[in-house]
Amino acid sequence: MTQIDSKIPQGPLAEKWTNYKNHQKLVNPANKRRLDVIVVGTGLAGASAAASLAEMGFNVLNFCIQDSPRRAHSIAAQGGINAAKNYQNDGDSVYRLFYDTIKGGDYRAREANVYRLAEVSNNIIDQCVAQGVPFAREYGGLLDNRSFGGAQVSRTFYARGQTGQQLLLGAYSALSRQIGKGKVKMYTRHEMLDVVKVDGRARGIIARNLITGQIERYAAHAVVVATGGYVNTFFLSTNAMASNGSAAWQCYKKGAYFANPCMVQIHPTCVPVKGDFQSKLTLMSESLRNDGRIWVPKKLEDAKALQAGTKKGKDIPEADRDYYLERRYPAFGNLVPRDVASRAAKERCDAGFGVNSTGLAVFLDFSDAINRLGKEVVKQKYGNLFDMYEEITNDDPYETPMMIYPALHYSMGGLWVDYELMTSIPGLFAIGEANFSDHGANRLGASALMQGLADGYFVLPYTIQNYLSDQIQVPRFSTDLPEFVEAEKAIKARIEKLMNIKGKETVDSIHRKLGHIMWEHVGMARDAEGLKEGIQMLKDLKKEFWSNVKIPGAAGDLNTELEKALRVADFIEIGTLMAHDALDRAESCGGHFRTEHQTEEGEALRHDDKFMYVSCWEYQGDDKDPVMLKEDLNYQFVVPQTRNYKK
Amino acid sequence: MDKDISVTLKVWRQRGPKEKGQFETYKIEKINQSVSFLEMLDILNEQLVNEGKEPIVFDHDCREGICGMCSLYVNGHPHGPATGATTCQLYMRRFHDGETITIEPWRSAGFPVIRDLMVDRYAYDKIMQAGGFVSVNTGGVPDANAIPISKKDADLAMDAAACIGCGACAAACKNGSAMLFVSAKVSQLALLPQGKVEAARRAKAMVAKMDELGFGNCTNTRACEMECPKNISVSNIARLNREFISAKLKD
Repeated sequence: MTQIDSKIPQGPLAEKWTNYKNHQKLVNPANKRRLDVIVVGTGLAGASAAASLAEMGFNVLNFCIQDSPRRAHSIAAQGGINAAKNYQNDGDSVYRLFYDTIKGGDYRAREANVYRLAEVSNNIIDQCVAQGVPFAREYGGLLDNRSFGGAQVSRTFYARGQTGQQLLLGAYSALSRQIGKGKVKMYTRHEMLDVVKVDGRARGIIARNLITGQIERYAAHAVVVATGGYVNTFFLSTNAMASNGSAAWQCYKKGAYFANPCMVQIHPTCVPVKGDFQSKLTLMSESLRNDGRIWVPKKLEDAKALQAGTKKGKDIPEADRDYYLERRYPAFGNLVPRDVASRAAKERCDAGFGVNSTGLAVFLDFSDAINRLGKEVVKQKYGNLFDMYEEITNDDPYETPMMIYPALHYSMGGLWVDYELMTSIPGLFAIGEANFSDHGANRLGASALMQGLADGYFVLPYTIQNYLSDQIQVPRFSTDLPEFVEAEKAIKARIEKLMNIKGKETVDSIHRKLGHIMWEHVGMARDAEGLKEGIQMLKDLKKEFWSNVKIPGAAGDLNTELEKALRVADFIEIGTLMAHDALDRAESCGGHFRTEHQTEEGEALRHDDKFMYVSCWEYQGDDKDPVMLKEDLNYQFVVPQTRNYKK
Repeated sequence: MDKDISVTLKVWRQRGPKEKGQFETYKIEKINQSVSFLEMLDILNEQLVNEGKEPIVFDHDCREGICGMCSLYVNGHPHGPATGATTCQLYMRRFHDGETITIEPWRSAGFPVIRDLMVDRYAYDKIMQAGGFVSVNTGGVPDANAIPISKKDADLAMDAAACIGCGACAAACKNGSAMLFVSAKVSQLALLPQGKVEAARRAKAMVAKMDELGFGNCTNTRACEMECPKNISVSNIARLNREFISAKLKD
């Protein structure tokens, strides 16, 4: 069996990263000019990496599927970004941020990676302020912080409800500066369809020009994948419409391990589903849980009346409301981590206490906050979110409590990477949500922005040099090499096969079916039987897709249906791998909940003796089951405990 | 309560930038008002695909009003009849039963049509590349709290920074001017000490690039402000003019 080497540096936890940087190999400025790096994606990770690498002197080729690099889905993050600045003097430290993140991830992340993340978190805030990111400030002119789920300190920096937007625009401005200087060549409306290997190393990509439909080849000394997560496998999620897992999936098919695919996050505060026509779910920032109180009725008859529409939330007297998070988790209350809050909502709704017509919603109530702080203060803090909610639902949250329900939000799993963020293919790196590295089985709020920017600004630009220092003698590659020709041919054949099916079902209708299977069988609560059934259903769906999908138009042309079809073909396979992984992991941890493995109180039951590992899946071929390799997690600095948010 | 309504759509269809376009008419029967405008177009597109026809091409992505990808002129207004909202945040309850809805792409020389309702907005990126940044590299910056910034300035900078770069301002302007877009970025950075250092250089470079790319001049009609989905104020244009004039005077 292949040994998995995560290349974690020796030494005490707090010194590992410094030691690594002190001893890693560097590339001198004259040589940097001779080296090309492909960065796929322009979200927080991709844009910050592309800009930083170009500033250092590398030539960067940067790709995105949108019409502008400023539109990547990082832009939609609302709440904030964590950092261990301890500006609030509430006892925060690098160690505490590290500890909260490891604990929040239910002890399924690498200690060394998470410590490094906490360490560089402070640099990120400095960097963003220097770029002109308008973070919220106090009257004294210093930065303001708020608290977020899973933490007992206020360490979250924010820019109104648009933190992701402001951080991304900061990275985008740095990227724009490098494009203007000619150090980054930007390819918008280009979608990566394959990674090209030459002599075992990643040397380029095949991309489809989404305007012309042409298949194009690009070569470089290294390839960085920053293409985000894969939760659109579920059809409905908080991700953008075009967010997809295809780039990462093609890397997997070329030999990169896919790690912890079953670890996806279901966010507790989203606008509930309305109907079949729905195209996506809208997130309501987790920051709302700072002042909003979550409840359902205590009495079933009240819940029935709410479901029938004969009663409204405000008709239920205080004594008949069950603030179930405050009841079950007195210490953290409404600020428990996302996985805990989501499961608690599902538990109440499954028991019949849902508050809307579908029975799949709970209340998020601001009446206490409005009484305590006044409507104006609440408006200042959350005004844009309240407006957004009203526009979608036609309900005024200042008057009636909001309704929320959990929705797919983020994938902790992703391409396996070592400490240097390199995948198991030499020269292929994965950063941001596209990799698996820092969040374990559950991500805390305001940590995604932190990880994306940590990877892109402060980790990859160092670690990639350790790889590239050996490549300085390697001349630029021609894209006429047989490996490129072959890869292009394979892609063209795949597209032709899709176009020739000429079936009866639209891509969206098959994607919707996929979503139903995933939600029912690989969703918030999983069990062995359901997963096995799901795997069979996914197999059938794959057959259905490849025999009955209908794509109008031509391959060599702008073709939005073909774009979607290529992604959905991969989503079906990603979903299948998620189910395999969920079946293997016979324990509950973080976002992965197996109903067979819970405590008497219904809390997640981990089995550290058996599952203290990262599952790394290796592709074996189209009709073969994948093989799983284990990277053991040896906790040396923290003692894994049962997560307890009660006291 | 949301009801089912039927509407007629007149949609602009155009194969390519140099080809002649025309309106096509489509009937939408019994659609619930809780459906979003873009979901309504999804439903129509699925119907077209089922009939073996090519779907209507339009840009969209986040569907929560923040990425700036969606566009569309709906009934003569960029992003439709709602104020302070993008097209993706528009719901069918804004329309009534039997209404005819006209849907066109952005109408501006700066944004050529790619196909149907999709336009090329890369010109905005080019303006950003000319100067929409603070010239700092990664690393080696001071502590984030080293320079206090008054809450008022930080808030004003945030107001300007809320721009999503969708292009509605230029599309709404009879002169096809990108002044609101440019001024929002110039304002944001000029209001902050970090960006103040090169404020003059930035204002000149961005305005020069805007002119070069064929965007028109501002004649203070304020249509941009009226149509901006993020309520960016024209006071930013006043601030840009101040920055620009004082920069020119120093030359």
